[in-house]
Amino acid sequence: MRLRGGTLLRNAAIAAVLVVLLAVGLFELDSLNAFVVYQLSSVTYVAIAAAGLTLLTGLNGQLSLGHGALMGIGAYCTAVLLRSYTDLNPAAVMAAAVLTTAAVSVVVGLGAARLRGPYLAGATLGLAVGLPGVAVRFSGFFGGDQGLNVPALSAPDSLSQVPQEVWLAWVGLVPAAITFVLLANLVSTRYGRDFKAIREDEIASALHGIRVARTQVLAFVLSGACAGLAGSLMAYTSNLAAPGSFPLTLSLELLAAIVIGGLGTLPGAVWGALVIVFAPDWIGSLNDALHLPGPVRAELPLALFGAVFVVAMLAFPEGVQGGLVRLWRWRVGRRQAAAARA
Amino acid sequence: MNYFVVLTLTGLAAGMVYSALALALVLIWRATRIVNFAQGAMAMSTTYIALAVIQATGNYWIGFVAALVAGLAMGALAERFIVRWVETGPPLNAVILTLGLFLVLEAVVPMIWGAQIRSFPAPFSIAATQVGNTYIALSPFSIFTIAVVLAVMGAMLALFRLTGIGLRMRAAAFAPDMARLLGVRVGRLLTFGWALASMAGALAGMLVAPTLLLYPSNMDAILVYGFTAAVLGGLDSPVGALVGGVGIGLALSYIGGYVGGDLEAIGALVILIAILMLRPQGLFVHAAERRA
Repeated sequence: MRLRGGTLLRNAAIAAVLVVLLAVGLFELDSLNAFVVYQLSSVTYVAIAAAGLTLLTGLNGQLSLGHGALMGIGAYCTAVLLRSYTDLNPAAVMAAAVLTTAAVSVVVGLGAARLRGPYLAGATLGLAVGLPGVAVRFSGFFGGDQGLNVPALSAPDSLSQVPQEVWLAWVGLVPAAITFVLLANLVSTRYGRDFKAIREDEIASALHGIRVARTQVLAFVLSGACAGLAGSLMAYTSNLAAPGSFPLTLSLELLAAIVIGGLGTLPGAVWGALVIVFAPDWIGSLNDALHLPGPVRAELPLALFGAVFVVAMLAFPEGVQGGLVRLWRWRVGRRQAAAARA
Repeated sequence: MNYFVVLTLTGLAAGMVYSALALALVLIWRATRIVNFAQGAMAMSTTYIALAVIQATGNYWIGFVAALVAGLAMGALAERFIVRWVETGPPLNAVILTLGLFLVLEAVVPMIWGAQIRSFPAPFSIAATQVGNTYIALSPFSIFTIAVVLAVMGAMLALFRLTGIGLRMRAAAFAPDMARLLGVRVGRLLTFGWALASMAGALAGMLVAPTLLLYPSNMDAILVYGFTAAVLGGLDSPVGALVGGVGIGLALSYIGGYVGGDLEAIGALVILIAILMLRPQGLFVHAAERRA
């Protein structure tokens, strides 16, 4: 008990220091490059969603192809709430988005997560493909193809010298820090161990008294709640909730983020989110250098993410993080062998 | 009532396409315990190849054969050079790998042919058939769809049940180690199985393109419907894929007709969750203990 409280406090303290450092850093960076700060504000919500997916895929071994769609639910919840109650506190709006998305996740997870195999991936794929149609069908309520506008989040008057994009990034840092602290804490509790045990061996976990089905659904719901929070933040950042913002490729980009970052580590989710947000720019400058034709330009990021999936699974079956660990062990092993010979 | 008949007939024809894609998923699942999420994207790519061939030669049937051959080749290459290396690893890795193929194909195809929506020729009219003064909702192309899917299903069933290679394929899928000990070239048969599956997917892509039009993500929803059909059929049984596909085709046609066309995909999800809750083993499962 004392240990667990200690972990929580330590993580919270590290997060608080990081948030303050990042907040100051963002403010300073803004005078140099405002667009990068805007992109960093979108890193916050991509990282939240990727962290949720890390919990599900990396720790629990289940796959979701619908986290982009779950982000859409969070975004629409935000837009619908703010349409009726313009002055609602962002924290309350985000909490409502989290609860709504968690409720949808319960329905999908109950059907699919308690079965082994590809069922959750297939069902969440259905969610990703089918959800935009709901927004179009009930266009009176959800605004159809154009979507719904979300009012811009402006800094209070006392902080009026803070530029808009810095304020957005600051607002994104807080839920991101809370999410990461809570998830890091969860990983070190009994639930985190249960998640990992089920990933390794379901039958052995059941024999040890873990309720496999219930734990799998719990992992999916928590993971979905993260996606809902991310979606709400995304709606605030882009001022829009529209069906086109949540295509299947968004879900796959989130998956790319955790594959790149190394399946199963929370810091990996942040690295992955950074790559996902900034890669299109890097690839854009590569395009400028190589003078590639237009269609190639537009599709190159997705093609590269797909190639990363293939290469990562072939070359690093245990994920990038696992591959690095293996590389490290190999080097250490060689050094020890050399020492033994000497 | 008349509207109901129209929906039933169009649902039947659409269901045959879902059956073909479900068959592709089932064949690969049986052999390697992998759901090939790239199946839709592979079918989309072969349909683009078919369109290029049709435009070059001016003959639909040459394009049709080209799509099927391209499907065979793509499935064989994917298994032999990519999927082979993850077949024995954790299932999660294999699924992520197929998603990588999905992304690469859906990005490379618009690089070559552009992302715009294209119309696709049909060998027969896709308008309703006129008999005397009454119109029958089943178009000549729908009749062709039903006939060709039934023919391919029949040919594949005959291959599995009646031929030596079919027996070896079933053995390799059911007990790979035992089959290998008895001299079956399991690896080669897996490649062949992927090729056959991918050909069934290519067929679905050809049959869906005239009505759905052709664009890089046009098979995404069809993949969901095919997966739902395969799960309804038990994910393990080719006959189940056929029955599941028709069932899903009818159900989605009614949803599209009475509730709204935009809700078909989410309707498929509702059906999928209902199946998983009520009868997770599906309708046609041969041996319950083999359920993954």
